[in-house]
Amino acid sequence: MAENRPSASIEAVESGLAAQGYIASRQIATAVYLAQQIEKPILVEGPAGVGKTELAKAIAAWRGMKMIRLQCYEGLDEAKALYEWKYAKQLLYTQILKDKLGEVLGGAPTLEAALNQLHDFGDVFFSKEFVEPRPLLQALEQPAGCVLLIDEIDKSDAEFESLLLEILSDFQVTIPELGTIVAVAPPTVILTSNSERDLGDALKRRCLHLHIGFPEQRLEERIVESRVPGISQTLRKQMVSFIHEVRTLDLKKLPSVSETIDWARVLVLLQAPELGHEVVKDTLNVLLKYEADIEATMPQVSTFIAKASRQNVFG
Amino acid sequence: MRENLHRFFRAARGAGVRLSPAESIDAMRAVSKVGFADRTILRDTFLLTLAKTQDEKKALGDCFDLFFDQPEPQPLPEDGKADEQDPSGSNSASDSPGDASGGDEQAEGLGQLAQMLLAQDRNQISAAIANAASAASLSDIRYFTQRGIFSGRILDQMGIQRLRDDLDNLAATNPALAERLTKALDGLRGTVRETVSQALMLYGREESENLRNEILRNAPLSRIEPRQVEQMRHLIRQIARRLRERYSKPRKRQRRGHLDVRRTIRRNAAWGGVPFLTAWKRRHRDRPKIVALCDVSGSVARVSDFFLLLIHSLHEVVDDVRSFAFSGHLIEVSDILESKSPEEAMAEIMSKAGFGSSDYGNSFSDFEHGWMSAITPQTTVIVLGDARSNNLDPRADILRRIAERSKRVVWLNPEGRMAWGWGDSEMPRYSTFCTVVRQCATAKQLERAVSDIVASYQ
Repeated sequence: MAENRPSASIEAVESGLAAQGYIASRQIATAVYLAQQIEKPILVEGPAGVGKTELAKAIAAWRGMKMIRLQCYEGLDEAKALYEWKYAKQLLYTQILKDKLGEVLGGAPTLEAALNQLHDFGDVFFSKEFVEPRPLLQALEQPAGCVLLIDEIDKSDAEFESLLLEILSDFQVTIPELGTIVAVAPPTVILTSNSERDLGDALKRRCLHLHIGFPEQRLEERIVESRVPGISQTLRKQMVSFIHEVRTLDLKKLPSVSETIDWARVLVLLQAPELGHEVVKDTLNVLLKYEADIEATMPQVSTFIAKASRQNVFG
Repeated sequence: MRENLHRFFRAARGAGVRLSPAESIDAMRAVSKVGFADRTILRDTFLLTLAKTQDEKKALGDCFDLFFDQPEPQPLPEDGKADEQDPSGSNSASDSPGDASGGDEQAEGLGQLAQMLLAQDRNQISAAIANAASAASLSDIRYFTQRGIFSGRILDQMGIQRLRDDLDNLAATNPALAERLTKALDGLRGTVRETVSQALMLYGREESENLRNEILRNAPLSRIEPRQVEQMRHLIRQIARRLRERYSKPRKRQRRGHLDVRRTIRRNAAWGGVPFLTAWKRRHRDRPKIVALCDVSGSVARVSDFFLLLIHSLHEVVDDVRSFAFSGHLIEVSDILESKSPEEAMAEIMSKAGFGSSDYGNSFSDFEHGWMSAITPQTTVIVLGDARSNNLDPRADILRRIAERSKRVVWLNPEGRMAWGWGDSEMPRYSTFCTVVRQCATAKQLERAVSDIVASYQ
């Protein structure tokens, strides 16, 4: 029975994601499991670069589903996110069919009769052939289901949020000319946000709310291990604990997981055997993206390296 | 278990997590999928389904720990001794079954509660306390003064009356057993008291916090005690959040007369470009621009402190705030407030501008010379102060020029209306040039004042 073995299934999610190179914490795995079970979107919040978008990619790869991505920005509207009529095609077809139209209506003696005959043909030009599906509609039309990633929802306007509500709660959209289109297979929806603005309560209510913060030291070591296999264990431990020290500083932008991975790659490329003062000073710009941050960190580098290697000895 | 979940939801609401019925239904569905077996998974599940911000997650996590951490019934003092003597005890029991049955006979004469206490069955006792607590509707507890009543009710439900009778009887027949029972009863009282205090923390928080906030909202800002400052800051942040929620949605106004060609063509493409529907260009409404001049001398300092905190917490609502602090002379403090925590910022402002007696005339002329260009026709100028200029030249002419350049001038005075114009107060002279003059002594009045200012831009 599934109810008795939820922890086993959560572990299955964890290992499934790990197979795709995404090391998930227990909480992330629980969220993914629940999203599948109760068919709810996940709203992922957290600082930039902790793997919010990666999570969606990993889920798609793990479950062998197509991933459809909708990147949000200011001014994104229905026509770009949901569907649009293929106006050009409609116009072209009316031109081509003009003669045909004459034939069809040829026998009609009065205008009224012609109209009635037209009515019999129905709304030819407002049928599915003339709808250009945009990401949201595409996601609903996938027969095998898909992972729909709505990226950086906080960048879009408040109006766009309301547009999403119908899709998020019922997995359907209403197109006035066609009626309601229900998802063939409910997609797994992941929304990400950098908390640039507060999202509406209506949107939040419809989602599982997952906050991904900076990972713990152990977890981050495992992430580096899986992403940068060439790195030695000593160096890995040292650099991760160095980064954890850096995160305690009051910086403009704290280094996140993606920076950790980049830095690990750089250190491997430079063939650094362990964390030295010179290497760190030369490569600090990989980790920190503001001049002021680098300046603030520079004097602390030696202390942090000492701490990191000490921890390595005892830990 | 459903009952327990409902109680948990109530406790969560008490902890400040806003739960809608829909969310609790989701949580129930999720819980039915994960079960109760693993507590960490259950905790994660609640955090995922119920809490929607970081703060809420923390509050809910604490609430979860408190809720599912029931107080353990206290063991009897002899418990340890009994354990040590366990092998010999069991031996003696098997050796002389007559003796053991004699003990049982003694217990049989007693009430249920007494038997339970003597048997030392912890699970049974916890279950009995939980049952009695729900029978006494412990989750209705609201104020700390109700602790005694609820403890009494729970003990009554558990049959303490019968236990007392038993004790009276035993005191004559079997003093040793009576003594054990008395000790067990003390332990039970302790456990019940703990249960009640925990329930108060869970269910009573919302009510007592509301009460406290209501008192705080109406207390004069300049006279609150130091220990209340932190609470007041919290309250001000709540007010700021409320104002943000109310006003942060950018409102668009249609500008009839300016056709938006692009959108009109798109909208009417279905009719072959014949414009049945027109789309008009829209203009975003102005967000408030605020220039705040705050008196930070003596009695007004506290009010200025909270006012500045409030104004600077309104980022989403207000486009541009420039704050100035003055007593004898005037300095700009926007950067200090933006970059530091409220406590540090206020300390720095006080050290830079807080000394000396207030001189409105001099401060106004400082402003005119240094920052007059900060005022545009969209700016609201807010002056916060008691207008007591120590009989120095009030320079109301500068305030007139400020008023001419700006959209509005709002004067907030912490003093009561009765005091305006008495002694060295220059309020009547200044108020001629102000669009609005209002008293602003409590958090409630502060909220009203700022809310009105922001609303005037909507």
